[in-house]
Order: sequence, then C-alpha cells, then structure tokens
Amino acid sequence: MRDTRTSRWRLVLALLLSFALFAVACGDDSEDEGAGDGPSSDELTPISLQLQWFTQGQFCGYYAGIEQGYYADRGLDLTIIEGGVDIVPQTVVANGDADYAVSFTVRGLASRENDADLTQIAQVFQRSGTRQVSWADSGLNSPADWEGKKIGNWGFGNEFELLAAIRQAGLDPETDVELVQQQFDMVAITNRDIDAAMATIYNEYAQMLETVNPETGELIQPEELHVLDYNDLGVAMLQDALWADTNRLEEEEFRAQTVDFLAASMEGWIYCRDNLEEGVQIVLDNAPILGEGHQRWMINEVNNLIWPSPDGVGILDPDLYQQTIDVAVEFEILAGQPDEEATRSDLMEEALAQLEEKGLDVTGADYAPIDVEPTPGGE
Amino acid sequence: MNRRIIDGALRVVPAAVAIVGLCGLYEGYRRMGIATDDKWPVIGGDLPVKTNAITMPALSDIVARFFEPQQRRSGTTVLEAVLQGSWYTLRISLAGFVMGALIGMALAIVMLRSKLLEKGILPWIIVSQTIPLLALAPVIVTWGNRIELVDWQPWMSVSLIATYLTFFPVAVNGLRGLQSPPNHSIELMDSYAATRRQTLLKVRLPGAVPFLVPALKLAAAASIIGSIVGEISIGLSGGVGRLILAYAQQAQTDPPKMYCAIIGAGLLGLVFTSAVGSLERLMPGSRHRSEMSL
Repeated sequence: MRDTRTSRWRLVLALLLSFALFAVACGDDSEDEGAGDGPSSDELTPISLQLQWFTQGQFCGYYAGIEQGYYADRGLDLTIIEGGVDIVPQTVVANGDADYAVSFTVRGLASRENDADLTQIAQVFQRSGTRQVSWADSGLNSPADWEGKKIGNWGFGNEFELLAAIRQAGLDPETDVELVQQQFDMVAITNRDIDAAMATIYNEYAQMLETVNPETGELIQPEELHVLDYNDLGVAMLQDALWADTNRLEEEEFRAQTVDFLAASMEGWIYCRDNLEEGVQIVLDNAPILGEGHQRWMINEVNNLIWPSPDGVGILDPDLYQQTIDVAVEFEILAGQPDEEATRSDLMEEALAQLEEKGLDVTGADYAPIDVEPTPGGE
Repeated sequence: MNRRIIDGALRVVPAAVAIVGLCGLYEGYRRMGIATDDKWPVIGGDLPVKTNAITMPALSDIVARFFEPQQRRSGTTVLEAVLQGSWYTLRISLAGFVMGALIGMALAIVMLRSKLLEKGILPWIIVSQTIPLLALAPVIVTWGNRIELVDWQPWMSVSLIATYLTFFPVAVNGLRGLQSPPNHSIELMDSYAATRRQTLLKVRLPGAVPFLVPALKLAAAASIIGSIVGEISIGLSGGVGRLILAYAQQAQTDPPKMYCAIIGAGLLGLVFTSAVGSLERLMPGSRHRSEMSL
C-alpha cells in the first residue's frame, strides 16, 4: 500500500516532467522553421529589425531585401522581428533587444523626449497613410460637417491628425464632435454604427472595398464612400520611419553597418516599387495566412506613400517634419521642438550614394500606382 | 461496464444539451433579426446586436468555413490551420502549466512550514494576480532577453505568461489542501516520530488531492488563456491566439473565419482542462483508484 502510493506520486511527477520536456523539445523544433535563410550566414553580421505590426505588405521592402540578398550582399544577415499588440518597437531598440525599429516619427520622438536614446535614421513613408472614411450619402465632405457626428478613431496616439482637423475646422474636439473608440477594423462604419471611421489607405480602406455590402449584396464601391485625406488638410503626420540607438551610432563599426542596412532596405523598397507582383509573392511566402488581393492593394498603396521621394528615398522632408511636430506639440504629445540630434540624414545620404552608384532610381519621380482591383475578402 | 457507459452519458448529455441550446439561441436570434429587420418583435426598438452576415455569420457558414482553404491559393483548410495553431499553443501552455504547477506546489509547501511564512507570502501571491497581464507581457519579454543562461526564445516568454496565471490557483488551493488533514492524523504521524517529509508525503499530499484537482483544472484553463493573450500581446506567430488576431483583421471581409479560430481556442481550453482533470485518476488518494486497478 505504502509503496503503491509513493510510486504513484512518482508516476505523476514523471509524467509532468516528461510532458514539460516534450513541450520544450517541440517548442525548439518550431523555432527552427524560420531560420536558415540565405546561403552561408557564417561570415555575415547578424542584425535585427523590430516591426510595429505583423508581417504584411507595409514592410515589403525589408522582406524583399532579404529574399533578393541585398542584406547578404552587404555582409548582413537580417532577422525581422514581428510586432505585437503590446510591443513598442523603439523601446525594443532602446533596450538593446533589436538593432533597428520601424516606428512612427512622433512615437520615436516622444520616446526620445522621455530619455530613450533613439535617433531617426530614415523617413521611409513620405506621406501619411491615414484617412477618414464615411458613406458618401451621409454628406460628410469636410471636417466642418462632423459637428454632432460619431467620428471613429483608434486612439493610442493615432487620433491626433483627426483632432487637428477638427480644430482646424473651428470645432472643439471635446464638445462639438462625438469621438468614438474604434476597433482596428471597419465593421462599425460598414454597419453604420458610426458616421466616419479612421482607416489607413493601404489596409482598412481596402477592407471596406473587399466587403460585400449587406444592403446590396455586392462589393462596396469606391463611389459609395467619401475619403478624407489628412495630407490635403495640412495636418498629416509622418509615419513609418527607421530608428536606431543614438549612442551606438557613434561607434564606427555600427555606423558603417547602419549605412549598409539602410542601403539594403531601400534597395528592397525599390524592388517592391519596380516588381509589385514579386513583392506580393515575397510577403505571401513569409505570411501565407494573408490574402493575396489585399496584399497587392497594400503594397501598391504603400509604394504610393513612399514614391516619389523627391529628395531620395528615406530622406526626411523638413516641411512635413515640422508640420508633424507642430501637430504633436499642439496636442501635447511632444513637450516641444525635438533637438537637432533626434534625426540625422547623413547615414541615409551615404546609403543613397551607394544605390546611385549601382544606377538605381532613388527618387521614383515617374512612379505612378497601378489600379488594383479589390477582391472579395481580399483573397 | 454498464455503469461506466451510464456515467459517461450523464456527463456528456448536459454538456451537449448546453451546446445545442447555445447554438439554437444564436441561430434563433439571428433569424429573428433577419426576419424583423433588426427590431424586437411586438415591442419594437432596435436589437442590441445587428444580425447581418458581418456581425453574426450563420452557424452553417461557420461550420462550412472550417473545411474551406484559409485563402484561395492556400492548400491548408481553416480547420488544419486552427488545429496546427492549437497544437502549438497547447505545447506552450503545457510548458507554462507544468512550470506553474511545480512553482505553485513549491510555494504551498514553503507556506506550510510556518504561519509566518504563510502570512508573508500569501498576500504577495494574491497581489501578483492583480497586475494586468497586458502590462506584464512586454516586461517579461525584456527580462527574458536579459537571461544569459539559456538562449531565450520568444515562445518562452509566452510560456512564462502562462506560468504566471497557472501557479496561483495551485499555490492557494494546494496550501488549503495540505492543511486539510485533521489534526489527529498529523498527531498520529507525530506519535510515530515521522519526519516532516514523511508526514507531507503520506498524509498531507494525499489529503491535498481533492483540492489540487480543481486547482489544476483552473490552472489548465488559465494557462491556455495566458498563452493566447501572450501570443497576441508580444506578437508570437504560430499559435491559435495569433490566428484569432490575423483572422479578426478579416472580420469584415471573411466573418466566419474569425469564429472558427475562436471556437478552436475554446475547444482547446476544454480539451486541455479535461485532460488535466483525467489526471485525477492517476493521483493517489483519488476516488477513482478502484477503477484504475481494474
């Protein structure tokens, strides 16, 4: 009796432990799946890039850079770290857990104001991708029409263009408009639960066009919608930019590596500009869960945010930078004008020289987006 | 043998009735809404939830969606994707669950040592559960990356989040269980000059089993929740949590798909909890011991 009891405890313990070992062993397996890209990564310097969201067309250039060997050509082995709901990319860099991060311009600047040693090394998106979408038949043609309406926004720092536009129209964001917290989808506007919804032109707006209108049974048509572009109102804020640790950039080795990283990344973006279909394939290969039609739309629109880049891809437009800061200061996201060292363009300029030497078009002056036909469900 | 079948049926039937009832409620509400154009019958007024295909896809569509490919060009069906994701999440949860159970049990045994230790530790264990998981997740990732001892992988952070939810019920219930044997049993062991360890193994642990089994079941469910939240929070891909988020982004263009992932996650919790519950049969001092010996 005594023996069976003890042995049974041992059995339970042994089972638990073997489960644990099994789980750990299995976990290791799946970690290996993504590894082993590229030929021999022995001599390559490993570097990492923290995204602000999951793999999607928004980050096409970096994936293309890996697939096309642009990083490897420069002796770099790039690992892309996907973002998550609670991951703040620039904090990951400030903590030293990634070498570079993709983050919105103001978010990085705000972290810097809070003593994180971060420097913006490239401004990838030259324009804001944020729009405010309403049904055309509701007649909300400008922010002045929003008075008393339910206006959706995502919060979490995504709302400042909206607030600035409201104030610009002579309305008080706190009293004249009903601001509604919106999910990161377009269900509320589709169901007409709100009057206008926040959308990025490359993602949520496309979701609208990929949706079968419950009222008509057909895909929602662009003519049925009114799209307000914050770029046209002069309150747009710059978005996807690349960030690195300020102090590490002082090290000669890291500085040189950063120039190469920027050159490879922008070469990747040039590839996505000139090879949309291949770009779609690369993204889908890295995230088979995504819909092809939706990614084609996304990359096309993201290209349109990057190109043309009049001063060269990745170079910060000083006027838009100032506009971004002005809105940020108005709404107290930033306490004041960032210091001179918050951004630097010398690295990007060296990278551009590299690319120009290869005969690449770094401004995309002739770029024009194609017409991507929305597909049901984004498939 | 017959009794077993009856016992089994008695356990399955109410659950099945509940599921059928829920499905009936969902479909009934949906059809009513479609019929009345989203108004309450007789009394009028808007229904709280709209019943169009985006907000409430038909159950038949959700079931059918399981067997269609995730994407037009994809070879995997939604069912396969959900199963793969669930399997991945289960393994992460299991690692977290085992860790949490061991830590919880260790804490319970430590607290058993003296009232002072119990008073010193127990409040902190309770406080630990009031910290929101979402605040904790990024911190765990950062700390994990600081650990030099092992090559820290992102999935370990998620396991650790599961551990964090798991240890709590085990520690609290474990302590109560270890304290549950009546004084005269402990005194009897004392009169045999039994060591603390002997008393623990022969009296206290078997006495704790009825307390531990429900605690472990709770912990199992919590570990799955922890993993799913953790996956979404830190952005680990491969699991069913990430699948829910990815499908939720298509909530409007492909509504049934998201429900598939959510149903999958729910079933995963159910399966894991029942699996842990069936461990009870293996435990010493269990009611099912006689059946086991058959």
